Amino acid sequence: MLKLYEQTIRSRLMLGTARYPSPAVLADAVRAARAEVVTVSLRRESAGERAGQAFWSLVRELGVRVLPNTAGCHAVKEAVTTAHMAREVFGTTWIKLEVIGEDDTLQPDVFGLVDAARILCAEGFEVFPYTTEDLVVAERLLAAGCRVLMPWGAPIGSGRGLNNLFGLTALRAHFADVPLIIDAGLGVPSHAARALELGFDAVLVNTAVAQARDPVQMAAAFAQAVEAGLAARQAGPIEPRDLATPSTPLIGTAFRG
Amino acid sequence: MKILVNGAWRETQRCELAGALEELGYGGSVVSTAVNGEFIAAALRARTTLADGDRVEVLAPMQGG
Repeated sequence: MLKLYEQTIRSRLMLGTARYPSPAVLADAVRAARAEVVTVSLRRESAGERAGQAFWSLVRELGVRVLPNTAGCHAVKEAVTTAHMAREVFGTTWIKLEVIGEDDTLQPDVFGLVDAARILCAEGFEVFPYTTEDLVVAERLLAAGCRVLMPWGAPIGSGRGLNNLFGLTALRAHFADVPLIIDAGLGVPSHAARALELGFDAVLVNTAVAQARDPVQMAAAFAQAVEAGLAARQAGPIEPRDLATPSTPLIGTAFRG
Repeated sequence: MKILVNGAWRETQRCELAGALEELGYGGSVVSTAVNGEFIAAALRARTTLADGDRVEVLAPMQGG
C-alpha cells in the first residue's frame, strides 16, 4: 500500500484526464486503469457552455480521488492563487504544484516551485510538486514541507520515458523513505514498469493513454505494467553484470573431460 | 459598470461579485473566483464590491494532466 499524506492508495497508476477523444472514453480509461487518483485542473468557465460543470459531474460519478493541478502557471503568485481556487472547488487540500519555467520543454521553474511550495505547505496544503530529478531541489522541497515528490520522467507529453536514468536512480536512493511518483513523459507501459522496478512508488500518465489509438486498451496495459513492475521490485531483481554466467548447471555436461 | 470577465468586457448592473455572477449566468455553477488576481472565496462574494474595470476570473473544473 502507498501512503500519500495519510491517505492509503492501492493503485500505483494515476491518470490525467485531459486530451481524451470523448468524456465516455475518459471514463472507460479510468476504469480500465483501475486508477484511484486522477488529476484535474481549473479553467475559465463560459456561462453559456458550462463545460466545467459536466466534466465535474463525470469525475464525481467515477468515485475517484482528485489531484488538482496548477498547470499553466508560470509565476508563484499565479500558482498559489490557483491552488486556493482549486481547494475551494474540489474540496481537497491536495495540490499538484506546477510552476512552469520554460515553454518548449515545460520544465519546472524549480526556484518558483520551492517558493510556492513553502507558502502552500504553511497554509495547510498537501503539496505534490512537479519537479526535476535534481537532488538539491528535492531537499529544498522537503524542507519546505512537501512529503511527496513528483519528478519528471521526460518533458510533458513527449513519450520519451525515463530520460535521465542515472539521476532518477540517485533520487530514489537518496530519498528512500519519500513517496516518489514519476510524473510526465512516459510513452509506453514498459516505461511505467521500469519506473516501478527502479523503486518509484507510482506513475502519473496522461498523454500516452489519452492519445493512444485505443485509450481504454492502453490504460489497461499501463495498469498491468505497474503491477508487474511493483511485483518485480518486491521480488528483488538481480544485479546487472558485464560477463555471462551460465544459467544451466555445468556439472555433468556431456563430452567434457 | 463594465468589468473584464475571463478576458472579455461585460456589462453588469450589480456591484457585488455574487450578484454580478448571477446576472452573468453563473448562478448555480461550481466555480471559483478571483478579482484583480486575488482569490475571493465563495463565502465572501456577497460582500465583495466590484469597481469599473475590475478583472474577474471565473474558473471551473476542467480536464488536466
